[in-house]
Amino acid sequence: MIKNSDFKICFSVMTVLTILVGLFQSWGIALSMLNLCLISAVMAMGVNIQWGFAGLINFGVMGFLAIGGLATILVSVPPVPEAWSAGGLGILISGIFLVAVVFSVLIINKKIPNHKYKNYFIFFIIILSIPLLKFIAGPSISKIESINAATSGFLGGANLPIIFSWFVGAILCALVAFVVGKVCLGLRSDYLAISTLLVSGIIITIVKHEEWLSRGVKNVIGLKRPVPYEVDLQNSEWFIKLVEFFNSSKLLNILDPDEKISLLNQLVITSSGVFVKLCFSLLFLVVVITILYFSEKALNSPWGRMMRAIRDNEEAAKAMGKNVVKQHLFIFMLGSAIIGFAGAMLVTYDGLFTPSSYQPLRYTFLIWVMVLLGGTGNNYGAILGGFVVWFIWIQSAPFALLVINIFTNHLDETNYIKEHLLNSVPYFRYLMMGLGLLLVMRYRPKGLLPEKIIKN
Amino acid sequence: MDFLNSIILLTNFIVVPGITYGSQLALGAIGVTLIYGVLRFANFAYGDLMAFGTMIVILVTWFLQSKGITFGLLPTALLALPVGILLTIAVSLFFDKTVFEYYRNKKSDPVTFIVVSLGIMFVLNAVVRIIIGPNDINFMDGHKFIMKAREFKQMTGLNEGLALKSTQVITLITTIITCSILFYFLNKTKTGKSMRAYSNNEDLALLSGIDPKKIVLLTWIIVSILATVAGTLYGLDKSFKPFTYFNNLLPIFAATIVGGIGNPLGAFYGGFLIAFSEIGLTYAYKKFFKYLMPEGLEPSTLIQFISTDYKFAISFAILIVVLIFRPNGIFKGKVI
Repeated sequence: MIKNSDFKICFSVMTVLTILVGLFQSWGIALSMLNLCLISAVMAMGVNIQWGFAGLINFGVMGFLAIGGLATILVSVPPVPEAWSAGGLGILISGIFLVAVVFSVLIINKKIPNHKYKNYFIFFIIILSIPLLKFIAGPSISKIESINAATSGFLGGANLPIIFSWFVGAILCALVAFVVGKVCLGLRSDYLAISTLLVSGIIITIVKHEEWLSRGVKNVIGLKRPVPYEVDLQNSEWFIKLVEFFNSSKLLNILDPDEKISLLNQLVITSSGVFVKLCFSLLFLVVVITILYFSEKALNSPWGRMMRAIRDNEEAAKAMGKNVVKQHLFIFMLGSAIIGFAGAMLVTYDGLFTPSSYQPLRYTFLIWVMVLLGGTGNNYGAILGGFVVWFIWIQSAPFALLVINIFTNHLDETNYIKEHLLNSVPYFRYLMMGLGLLLVMRYRPKGLLPEKIIKN
Repeated sequence: MDFLNSIILLTNFIVVPGITYGSQLALGAIGVTLIYGVLRFANFAYGDLMAFGTMIVILVTWFLQSKGITFGLLPTALLALPVGILLTIAVSLFFDKTVFEYYRNKKSDPVTFIVVSLGIMFVLNAVVRIIIGPNDINFMDGHKFIMKAREFKQMTGLNEGLALKSTQVITLITTIITCSILFYFLNKTKTGKSMRAYSNNEDLALLSGIDPKKIVLLTWIIVSILATVAGTLYGLDKSFKPFTYFNNLLPIFAATIVGGIGNPLGAFYGGFLIAFSEIGLTYAYKKFFKYLMPEGLEPSTLIQFISTDYKFAISFAILIVVLIFRPNGIFKGKVI
């Protein structure tokens, strides 16, 4: 793996970008950029598995990220006993009802021979079940939402360590992807793109408006962390010693003890933030490398060859006796699970879950730009794309500010055009993304690190 | 009397908004479907093209207003519309020349087209936000109401009012005019017929001496007109916000596919189907049944199929149902 040139490019770009930001801005900013780059890399790998390996176009990334985020709540938040006693039973019953409806639809679909009206019958069952579901769950939902509406108003979670939620998010996403895949995967590429985009819209609507489940637009804040808190670090003996050790040369020059202590305190506060982010980075790096390792293994295995064969020529693969439908469904689930994993990581890192922040531009199309820019069908490309795109995304506002300042230097401070441009600095990142994507598609259609064709 | 009241109630809350929203969706969906039929790809930049056209209209409206020019009872935006259309056409043709033409000549697969349209979507998104900002803008002026609910109540003596906003009437009239010209053009004129022929069978059309460049040019012009008109009407009726325009792309796609992608008449009906199901399924019919049912039998619940939060989700769900049962759309697609 180390001999691979892509690997070298990928990780040297990663290190250089982080160090540059660290030197020129601050190490805190550099590390938070690195963390989000790593999360983006996981998302990009998930999309790459679907698009690069199997040629499945999934524009529903946003939905799976939101499900991953929802998992963090369901796993880590302490349960709300009052809400459970008030409406838990109703929710459970309606849950059982929902499962029953799904299974009855599946059984009808399987057992009854193809009849002209079978589809209409299934459709009728689904339509009928929605008001029924509302009727069963409605009273309990309003009860749950009325308990401590300002602070909780939802069922809460299982009060487990948040790191479990990453896996739960992945499993939930795989389940949802199973259903979505069963419905949508038979469609042609462009229809698949549109329908997955719309499905993700439905998922976001549910997460946003089912307040008993996710608190919806009221957000959940103060989630648990898999790493220590800054405050605890600042009060712990070993951490202060560590900071003292690292800054011993700086501290030695100061003779006044009061000044020394105040400087040390300041250093402890700044480095506790950096330390927490560093812990996150290590955790995320482990995830990225693990997924990368297995993904590379899979890509170079007989299974990976079969997937590429299906992607390149579906008919031929079918003729060779490969079950295309089954493999497509499997890889759709696999990729979505990785995306869900990344979604849970993102919410864990942010420490809060805000359903209204999930927008297709940021959470679907940006991830796609990462994959297309980095290189489809190449895991290192996806990681590189995640890094480069997130770097541009973060740094384009300061860059645009610089450019605008250079060009409008001769203008007055109160000049209308200058003020207007300075106000719209955040939107230059969209421009950069669009132009970047168009240029790459034109001049390097296979991305920065193209897929390596392995010839045996 | 109760019967009349219930009819007015439904007209006020379902029929009138449904027709307005449906017209806006229909205009948008016809544009998407034309691009699909002739250029053979789903254009994700369409929502932002609408936003761009509307932005130009708003800027020109502001300019006209600052010069003291208004359109009397009608909104000034209608005067500004031609400028908006011209600039939108220019932008569409610019992107076609710089981006799409290359891939068309290379005969790239539909996915590549989708991806580059995503690039254009990002660019247009940025341009609109940089020029006019991301905020909500209301640019409706002129006479607001044709009939107010209170006036209607006084006039007829009914309990229920019927409000008619002038934007609703303008939307309907503009849609009727635009669509009749468009369908006349596609079905009766020679150029329109050649466009349909090109969409139906490219090779055969080329053999019969139809110039593909002319067809592509024409398609972009029509599409830009439709996008600007639809965007302006939507903005007049509700308000202009770049993000909403991007989001509207989704119901527009739903309408396009429901009506059979590549089929303008289908897209027209699809727009209305989506609009009426969105509004009809999220409306609470409690009051309606209160008028119709005998006393003592009134419903205690809202009688609402699904809460209004799920308005967008309905159109998506309809689309998915259609995709499963009739992947070609309710009306057969792929022929203009």
